[in-house]
Amino acid sequence: MKYDVAVIGGGPAGLAAAIKANNEGASVLLIEREARLGGILKQCIHDGFGVVRFGQKLSGPEYADRFIQELRRTNVQVSLLSFVTRTVKRDEGYDITYVSAQGVNTVHCGKIVLATGCRERTRNAIGIHGDRCAGIYTAGAAQNLVNILGAMPGKKVVILGSGDIGLIMARRLTLEGAKVEGVYEAKPTPGGLTRNIHQCLKDFDIPLHLSATVTRVFGSTRLEAVEISDVDERMRPIAGTQRIVECDCLVLAVGLIPENELARDLGVELDPATKGAIVDQNCQTMTEGIYACGNALHVNDLVDYVSESGEIAGAAASHGGKRKLKPITPQGKLLYVVPQRLDVNAPIDNVVMYFRVSCELADQRLTVTAGDETVFTKVYSKLLPPEMERIAVNFDKAHTLDDFTIRLEDK
Amino acid sequence: MELVCIVCPNGCRMTAERSDKGIVVVGNKCKRGEAFAASELTDPARSVTTSVRTTVSGYPVVSVKTDGEIPKSKIFALMDLCGNITVDKPLPIGTVLAEDLFGTGVNLITTTNMEVIDE
Ligand SMILES: Cc1cc2nc3c(=O)[nH]c(=O)nc-3n(C[C@H](O)[C@H](O)[C@H](O)COP(=O)(O)OP(=O)(O)OC[C@H]3O[C@@H](n4cnc5c(N)ncnc54)[C@H](O)[C@@H]3O)c2cc1C
Repeated sequence: MKYDVAVIGGGPAGLAAAIKANNEGASVLLIEREARLGGILKQCIHDGFGVVRFGQKLSGPEYADRFIQELRRTNVQVSLLSFVTRTVKRDEGYDITYVSAQGVNTVHCGKIVLATGCRERTRNAIGIHGDRCAGIYTAGAAQNLVNILGAMPGKKVVILGSGDIGLIMARRLTLEGAKVEGVYEAKPTPGGLTRNIHQCLKDFDIPLHLSATVTRVFGSTRLEAVEISDVDERMRPIAGTQRIVECDCLVLAVGLIPENELARDLGVELDPATKGAIVDQNCQTMTEGIYACGNALHVNDLVDYVSESGEIAGAAASHGGKRKLKPITPQGKLLYVVPQRLDVNAPIDNVVMYFRVSCELADQRLTVTAGDETVFTKVYSKLLPPEMERIAVNFDKAHTLDDFTIRLEDK
Repeated sequence: MELVCIVCPNGCRMTAERSDKGIVVVGNKCKRGEAFAASELTDPARSVTTSVRTTVSGYPVVSVKTDGEIPKSKIFALMDLCGNITVDKPLPIGTVLAEDLFGTGVNLITTTNMEVIDE
């Protein structure tokens, strides 16, 4: 079998990429390892999705369903319960090997769109000491258990991490009858939106403990208690502040990392700042014919932008020509910027750029330059690490198409 | 009263006071903040998302939501009501499972399209 474009991953990024590539005239195969399309949105049953795109607060499954219904009206071939294990470069295009109920299959395709999402950091990644007992879950695993499988991960719960996923799980577990002892956050400020602090914690009288973390877990077979310690400003535990909190479940909501197993196999160059691939404005990686979008590219907080990057990747993968790549150099207080390269042979009149900062900043000016010309500038009264920013830049006006920078500085 | 508006992700910090002219709200970026503050002072309401059990293969539970806001004080009563519902056939997204919750005119609807999965 041969396809113009193979999309790996059937979450919002992959759905958008497949629909777009199809509509641009490509023959498309969408490969998803689970039984249903929708990716992580299947289990994100809370609302707040689609505000930018649809002007509505949809739940995750409702947002996904709009794209799934649209996909049904296309010619995209969908292969479910199919796990991609290997991708190999051929003279023209790539061979993709996937495992499904039918056995091991290999298909050939011209281009690959990686839309494999992200994975969660685990207990190992943050180094919590103690017993190897049951009852410790990542927030996504706990969410899957409750919202897909209809089972509870525990009765007395401690949540580590105050990002939106941690806050939403605190409310969810409370609604389903668990006692959430508290949400603990090593940083001095909460990670999630203020709105979620209120509607998820305050509404249910769930305590939030800042500058505190879990330092040890206890339990012979099942978790029985955790040790909490206060931490200093460099997030090191302070001796003498330890206390024991009894619980049978610890939920870790301590961060997401782009899933890049397949990208690594293909030798795709990664950005240490995003932990995803380095791409141009069309989401094409530094490896010709390989595109990356959604959370596989960088961790997004709004699904609306995940779909947007899928569409960019899908459209580009169905065309594509000879590239001329120039770096876009971030300067000043930026944590990261995507894209990291500009293909000056491709359209540059509406380049969508995303960036994040590493700490809360007030009164900042963002400037994008080409040579010594300013092509875009914007003032921000407040920038927060959990909120990704999006801009659209027109580079067409620039006289020199080289020496691109993006800079954030005090106003 | 100090409030954080939960209508949209902006999360405006507002103060709301009762006066003879009604409720005076400061700090909101849009009209919806005013309406939210008024309801927080009088009868706080929330939309709720949760799940109910099913006997359909591949769906131990199906996700549901209130299609509008119900009184905050009724959230756990709604959870009890959801605990008593079992879906016994595949339903399309948006199917009404319970009408006019607590006399509010708000319905409980499904938010997942239950499609039969052939294994
Ligand atoms: C636990 C959790 C909660 C979240 N909550 C929110 C939220 O409340 N609001 C919000 O806006 N965002 C939330 N996000 C972010 C959310 O992930 C994105 O908004 C969006 O769903 C990402 O879309 P995606 O398509 O990039 O990835 P995903 O939705 O993760 O989809 C990736 C898909 O790729 C498939 N896949 C991966 N590897 C392979 C392979 N080798 N072969 C075949 N298939 C493969 C997976 O099965 C999956 O279906 C959350 C993320 C997580 C992890």
